[in-house]
Amino acid sequence: MIEIQELSFGYPGKPLLFQNLHLSLSQGHIYGLLGKNGAGKSTLLKNMVGLCFPRHGRCAIHGKSVSGRPVDLLEDLYFIPEEIYVPALTPQKFVSSTACFYPNFCEDSFYRYLQEFEVPQHAVLSKLSFGQQKKAIIAFGLAANTRLLVMDEPTNGLDIPSKVQFRKTIAAALTEERCIVISTHQVRDLDSLIDRLVVLHEQKIILNSSLDEIAEKLTFATLPDTAGKQVLYAEDSVRGKQVIMPNLQGTYSKVEIELLFNALISGNSSLLNHLKLTEYEQAF
Amino acid sequence: MEFRDNEAIYLQIAAYISERILLGEWPEEHKVPSVREMAVELQVNPNTVMRTYEFLQKQEVIYNKRGIGFFVAPDAAAKVKAYRKERFLEQDLPVFFTNLYLLGISLEELQGLYEKFTSDHYGASQKKES
Repeated sequence: MIEIQELSFGYPGKPLLFQNLHLSLSQGHIYGLLGKNGAGKSTLLKNMVGLCFPRHGRCAIHGKSVSGRPVDLLEDLYFIPEEIYVPALTPQKFVSSTACFYPNFCEDSFYRYLQEFEVPQHAVLSKLSFGQQKKAIIAFGLAANTRLLVMDEPTNGLDIPSKVQFRKTIAAALTEERCIVISTHQVRDLDSLIDRLVVLHEQKIILNSSLDEIAEKLTFATLPDTAGKQVLYAEDSVRGKQVIMPNLQGTYSKVEIELLFNALISGNSSLLNHLKLTEYEQAF
Repeated sequence: MEFRDNEAIYLQIAAYISERILLGEWPEEHKVPSVREMAVELQVNPNTVMRTYEFLQKQEVIYNKRGIGFFVAPDAAAKVKAYRKERFLEQDLPVFFTNLYLLGISLEELQGLYEKFTSDHYGASQKKES
């Protein structure tokens, strides 16, 4: 669905955030985009939705360049930034002023989502709390029924029941035609919801894999002692050493996304090589 | 539903469904919740639930009626039992035997413990037919 090729981008007068970046995203998946603060996650999302324009390379949706901002692409994508802006309108007025840009917008589902998220239906949006505003915009974005839905830190500001409702709503919203991209630091909020993990680090995408593939290749464990074990990465914790090892027995362990992320950005090349090497071996 | 860390989520969902079947809550020809309903209920990716359903379909525990959804297959309980037995014999029993051997527990001692356990938990009268 999205093809990013040889993308280079930097804000004017600033160093490049991405250099020769490649990324390909397909329909029917929920992608979790991870990166350190300042790695450029939000900027990458903005390049995807036509709010930032690459210096080199291109970002295409269904083969069409996004930076030309063609209407048929824009009406089929919805972007929810981390800092949202809501006008001084009620949900109903907001629908009548904005929904017309999204041909597949479904008003009934919008009000249903608002109800599920417990957002008051007749209040002026700008008077609501940050969390309520965010949920109202998420409800609107889902009701827009676009094939591409991009969310930057959507669970920030959501209370505990709202996070549960968010997971349920997103689980229900994924279809074979839809591609959902979520950038997040709160991996625990979303770890059974996302099925593919994308890691942005030092101007490049260093990982784009399904969690199933990762679990097939790597074992995550907590061990009292790592002597005699082939360990790719280890971190000390209260319970012992948290380690990542090659998955040699074909057993399953839950992918500890935080640990994996720390391992990847620590410049651990043996881990990345192992992920890539097995890919190479499997190809033959 | 709380997921454990040492088994794939799709298999844990399969075990959850298998339990409903073994307990008789979902009899043969009972409609299984749709992929979407199950994903929402468990707050997981629908692709994970799809993987569960494909797995259970391959085990002939559920089957797909085109356009209607998934249903509990005839003889599903027997299939679940056969599959679980195979997994138990392959995975759990060797560990158990190793412990018996290492700790020097005799089969006679074990038999006594087993009989006491079954009568305490299931009662002599409700002995499970094999």
